Amino acid sequence: MEYLSNILFALILLLGVGYFTRNVKRLIRNINLGQAVDVNDNKSERWRNMVMIALGQSKMVRRPIAGVLHVVVYIGFIIINIEVLEIILDGLFGTHRIGLKLLPLGVYGFLIGAFEVLACLVFVSVIIFWIRRNVIKLARFWKSEMTNWPKNDGNIILYFEMVLMTLFLVMNATDVHFQALNSGNIVSQNIVPLFGSASEGTLHIIERSAWWLHIVGILIFLNYLYFSKHLHILLAFPNTYYGSLKPKGAFNNLDSVTNEVKMMMDPDADPFAVPAEDAEDEVPAKFGASDVQDLNWLQLLNAYTCTECGRCTSECPANQTGKKLSPRKIMMDTRDRMEEVGKNIDANNGEFKEDGKQLLDDYITKEELWACTSCNACVETCPVSIDPLSIILEMRRYLVMEQSAAPSELNNMMTNIENNGAPWPYNQMDRLNWKNE
Amino acid sequence: MSEVLKVPTMAEFMAQGKQPEVLFWVGCAGSFDDRAKKITKAFVKLLNKANVEFAVLGTEESCTGDPAKRSGNEFLFQMQAVTNIEVLNAYEVKKIVTACPHCFNTIKNEYPGLGGNYEVMHHTQFLKSLLDDGRLTVQGGQFKGKRITFHDPCYLGRANNVYEAPRELIKKLEAELVEMKNCRRNGLCCGAGGAQMFKEPEKGDKDVNVERTEQALDIKPEIIAAGCPFCNTMMTDGVKAKEKENDVAVMDVAELIANAQDL
Ligand code: SF4
Ligand code: SF4
Repeated sequence: MEYLSNILFALILLLGVGYFTRNVKRLIRNINLGQAVDVNDNKSERWRNMVMIALGQSKMVRRPIAGVLHVVVYIGFIIINIEVLEIILDGLFGTHRIGLKLLPLGVYGFLIGAFEVLACLVFVSVIIFWIRRNVIKLARFWKSEMTNWPKNDGNIILYFEMVLMTLFLVMNATDVHFQALNSGNIVSQNIVPLFGSASEGTLHIIERSAWWLHIVGILIFLNYLYFSKHLHILLAFPNTYYGSLKPKGAFNNLDSVTNEVKMMMDPDADPFAVPAEDAEDEVPAKFGASDVQDLNWLQLLNAYTCTECGRCTSECPANQTGKKLSPRKIMMDTRDRMEEVGKNIDANNGEFKEDGKQLLDDYITKEELWACTSCNACVETCPVSIDPLSIILEMRRYLVMEQSAAPSELNNMMTNIENNGAPWPYNQMDRLNWKNE
Repeated sequence: MSEVLKVPTMAEFMAQGKQPEVLFWVGCAGSFDDRAKKITKAFVKLLNKANVEFAVLGTEESCTGDPAKRSGNEFLFQMQAVTNIEVLNAYEVKKIVTACPHCFNTIKNEYPGLGGNYEVMHHTQFLKSLLDDGRLTVQGGQFKGKRITFHDPCYLGRANNVYEAPRELIKKLEAELVEMKNCRRNGLCCGAGGAQMFKEPEKGDKDVNVERTEQALDIKPEIIAAGCPFCNTMMTDGVKAKEKENDVAVMDVAELIANAQDL
């Protein structure tokens, strides 16, 4: 009987970590639905970006209030989780506060004291976040894509954090032995009076409950990530590592098009020549993207990383002037469609079964795509190096090259370029006339 | 103005067996748009004044393909790019200056992958280098003390991180440089990029250029300085829409420098 709680603990832990692992595998499988893209260059610059942007939060603090609060929650959350290590060891070995046996009292007290202070700061920051979302109602949290799940998700995460921090402090406050040590209880000692009249037995029950709820809560939170914008706490790292190193104005040149253009322009090219060994798989089935499988895996990773903070949308000139386009929605739609495709694959024994839907039209409309000015404001502002513009461009490519579905004025412009070498109907031979006007 | 502009072509240089110091890529707007042609001429006057040996491609120049690429027509873009690169490489062009940030961005960032490798400068960077080298001097002249704000073109600023060259030129005019609420990397687009210039905007509650012009008017400038022919058009239209064309002028940085010299 005495090992019952250890076994129960091990089971819960296994379940939590196991389910999480399963979802991580699914996540990787979905990201790999995307096309290949080469990002193996400049490793040192990439590491630097990751350290600066993800670890150092350099872009978060560009908006100082949200930025500083976020840094508090982020640091607090990471550091307090060291405490989870102790909980796991205690749970598995049936010990109580194993840290006290491993560390000198002063050190242990200092650590727990620091956790308590951080827990308090996190709690306050999270409350302010909640107020910004729900009372002040910052515009970027109330755009049309932020209804239902995305809206609830944002709040659920905040509640989770409030509850976890509370449980941690209650657990310490009701731990009679810990309080008796009088070291590291810098915050929790102030909560003790709340339980003033409780007997030692009751306190013990409360302490045990808080302890169990804390660890179970953390495991639930871990598994909640996959369904939430909170996935960014993990994916921000690879995403900033793989983020583009090129000037933002540089759009990729499609190699498949280059091959065809070279053929067309080269009078010596033999159209019947045997293609080179790997040329076969270089020519994609189609130009541009109409669905998530046409995007590259980095764009799909971007979609899972998006925190739905809406900084991109708040900077977008199209969105600011009432157009339908919202770069955040582009990312959310991509993720939703990717999830849909993933579930389809799971339901059909690993094969995608045509479902008559696609990213284009069913999620992202042409009206949104054509409203983009390619100004890069969204890319510049994203705190985790997401590039919504690259998805917009890829979908425009599909519309134009596969469907000839550009707005008619753009077709005119392109016909002019083809015929006169200028977007307007002027003759190329008149190009230098300005000199004498 | 009666003085004649010296605008030699690459073909003429070639005929004499010479290479110019730099190729001036005029761009479609700079060649055909009435407003932008004035910018082209102002820049040429400055090049002439500084005795820069430059050349243009003239009738051999063709659209860089930027609006086609941003529209999604990669075929047309690459056709244009490959054609232009053939011409540029045949003339062994090493250095290019242009007054259009779109041409600047495309040639600088998207041509190298297709075989076109050049040193590319925006005209504000080039003018700044002429000033730094003492080949051109500026006094404030008529712009001394004027309130001037600079509108960052997306394809110069965010796209290529060039924020200071145009501002330093404006400061040289001894003008009072004032910044809009959104400037430098936070600069708000004029609404023309991504081929928007060539189509009606999507349904919304405002035009982007009006929004941007309002930001500019908020800080009460006498002049809105631009560094892009398309921004110039958009901001000019915005100022007209706000009926402020008698109070606020929209001018390219090159025009400011040229006018300060009474060129
Ligand atoms: S690049 Fe397009 S989507 Fe991004 S901010 Fe600019 S207009 Fe909006
Ligand atoms: S793309 Fe970036 S800026 Fe936009 S909502 Fe997602 S995380 Fe925020």
